[in-house]
Formats: sequence, C-alpha cells, structure tokens
Amino acid sequence: MKQVAATEDLLKGLWKENPVLVQTLGMCPTLAITNSVANGIAMGIATFFVLVGSSVLVSSLRKLIPNEVRITAYIVIIATFVTVADMVLQATVPVIHKQLGAFIALIVVNCIILARQEAFAAKNTVWRSFLDAVGMGFGFIIALMLMCSVREVLGSGTFLGHSVFGPNYEPWVIMVLPPGGFLTLGFMLLAIAAWTKRKAPKPLRARPHDVTTRISQKAVV
Amino acid sequence: MGDVLWVFVSSMLVNNFTLIMFLGLCPFLGVSNKVDTGLRMGAANIFVLVLTSIAVSFLNKFVLVSAPYLRLISFIVVIASLVQIVEMAIKKLSPTLFRELGIYLPLITTNCAILGLAQFQTSRGYDFTEGLAFALGGGLGLMLALVLMASIREHLELADVPSVLKGVGFVLVLAGTLSLAFMGFAGLFSAS
Repeated sequence: MKQVAATEDLLKGLWKENPVLVQTLGMCPTLAITNSVANGIAMGIATFFVLVGSSVLVSSLRKLIPNEVRITAYIVIIATFVTVADMVLQATVPVIHKQLGAFIALIVVNCIILARQEAFAAKNTVWRSFLDAVGMGFGFIIALMLMCSVREVLGSGTFLGHSVFGPNYEPWVIMVLPPGGFLTLGFMLLAIAAWTKRKAPKPLRARPHDVTTRISQKAVV
Repeated sequence: MGDVLWVFVSSMLVNNFTLIMFLGLCPFLGVSNKVDTGLRMGAANIFVLVLTSIAVSFLNKFVLVSAPYLRLISFIVVIASLVQIVEMAIKKLSPTLFRELGIYLPLITTNCAILGLAQFQTSRGYDFTEGLAFALGGGLGLMLALVLMASIREHLELADVPSVLKGVGFVLVLAGTLSLAFMGFAGLFSAS
C-alpha cells in the first residue's frame, strides 16, 4: 500500500499531472527559452534543482513556518536556491547562462515551484515531497524537451547543434522566434485536448472549461 | 531624451513584454476573458511596475553595490512588500477600487513581468529616467496585449467554434498570431 503511494507520487508529475502540458503552469520559461535544446536542458536542470531543494526544505520546515507568512517564507527559500543555481550556471556554462539571461532569475516566480510548495510540500512528509518534486521536475523537463526539439529541428534544422536535414534544408526561422513558441505549445495543447476528448467518449462538460478553471485556481495559488 | 523615448517605444511595441519577451503570461492567459478586467489588470500592473522601477533604481544605487549576491532576494522581498503596501493603501483610500481589483492585486507579486522588469533594468544598466520609461512602456504594452487578446476572446464567445478548440491551446495559437503581428514593429527603428 505504502509502496503504491510512493510510485504514484513520483509518476503523476510525468504525464497525468504534467505541470506544463496538463496543468498549464510555468508558461513563461516554457515559451521563452525553448528555441534551442541546449537552453532547454540547462533550464530544465536548474528548475529541477530548485524545485527539489525547496520542496525538501519547505516540507522539513512545515511545522515551523507560521501560516500567515508562509508565502513570503517559501519565496525567500526559493529565491535562495535560485541564486545558487544562477551562480553555478554562471561558473560552469557561461555561454548558456548568457543566453538564458534574466530567465534563470525568473525561476523564482515560476508558478510550478510555488504551486508544489503550497499544494504538496507544505502538507506532506519530506520523503513524499521529495518524490513529488522529482516527478514534477522530470515532467517539466519532458515538456521542455518536447518544445525545444520541435522548435530547434524545424527552426534551425539542427538538434543540439548537429545538422538533421542536411545543407539543403531551408529553416523555418519563425519557429525559433517568439511566435513559434506560442504556436508550438498551442498546437501541442490542442493535440492533447483532442486526444483526451477522443478517449473519453461522453464528456459531461467540455474539457476546455476544466482548463480555464485550472488557470484561475493556479492564479489563486 | 532620444534614449528615453527609444526605451519607451521599444518596451511597449518592439519588445512587447507579453508577446515577444514572454513575461506575465499567467494573467495574459488567465484574465483575458473580458476587455474590462483586462484594462483593470493592465492598470494595476502599470502602477506596480512604475513603483518597482523606482524602488529598484534606489536599491541598485545605494544597497546592492556592496552585496550583489543578495540581488534576487532583495528584489523579490521589495516587490512583495510593495504590492502589500499598495493593497493596503488602496483598501484605505478607495474601497470600491479595491473590490474591483480583487484577487488580481496580490497576484501581481508572482507576475514574472515585475521581477523581469527589475532584472532587465539592472542587467541593461538603465538609469532612473530610463527605468521609468521602461516600466511605463512595458506596462502599457502589457495592457495593450491584454486588451487585444480580451477583445478577440469576447468575439470568439459568440462564434461557433469546435469544442476541441475552446481551451488554452487555442488562446496560445491566437497569441502566436498576435506575436507575429508585433514582430512587424521590429523594423521600427532600424531604418533611421
């Protein structure tokens, strides 16, 4: 029984409750830095680190943090981890750090992280919060990788800098520019919506309605 | 003077916060159902952006010179307390406006546009007036994007759209189209 719960904590973030594709959280980095696979990997790992670190810390401090100032406490904890990630990236991969620019700092306001603290880490044990954060972190990396691969392969004809289609390929420049981000994620979400609709033969309420409610819930978080 | 004007127009149109730089997407996707709410949200954002810009200018000049590693933490704490102060002031001065803004006001804290403004203002080394122009232009751009999106969505309500196309996905595709249109402003200054 306990085993089942642990796997469930770990696996739900990967697909069923994928933070980007299903919960539509953390849109800003997903759209802004996914124009090359290398950027996506760096961003994914940085967010993963911050998410796991702050989840473990928040859940171990959950009995000490007074309810009234909890959001402020979470933000300060998250900001500390982000500062660490920022400095490590700057020291190890300066080129990528420069490309990501302000978006590393913006991990602080990534809704995924605050949402996990508020919804999960603040109420559960350290071990369960750790599993949850690992699952959600990987879910975020998966979504980023999907976006980056599509955008880099179509937009520059390369994958991680290696040519995919050979020299005759005319790149769709629009895919690495801002509109490409909106369009890629938009069509991806539409495909998922169509897929879930096909699987559920008789939706009592239209799926889009769920999605909008989820946004307003996220907004409240 | 030319610089300040350039910063203003650039942050409003050429590098529109929402559509080109992907900042502040949460309210853009979440509260762009009605033109009215869009306008109000935009106004609240402009207000907080301008205040943040002023605060960040002072922080950069007097506090962070000696402790640059505290930048992120001090920014986020300043933004959170600013929003709190604004909330209390509005509640006291104009309860009607407070009720109209509702939940949107405290939410501005976690809006990436605000922290993004603080970060970009620092990394680009804007001085006080340029910072103000950046905040004002960025805020107006945000409001423009919100209102454009809200008016499109209001029209969509009346149209007969297949139910699959009624979710966030379609809003993103719309945003992509708007973003495409805003790319057109990129040539605004290169000619001269």
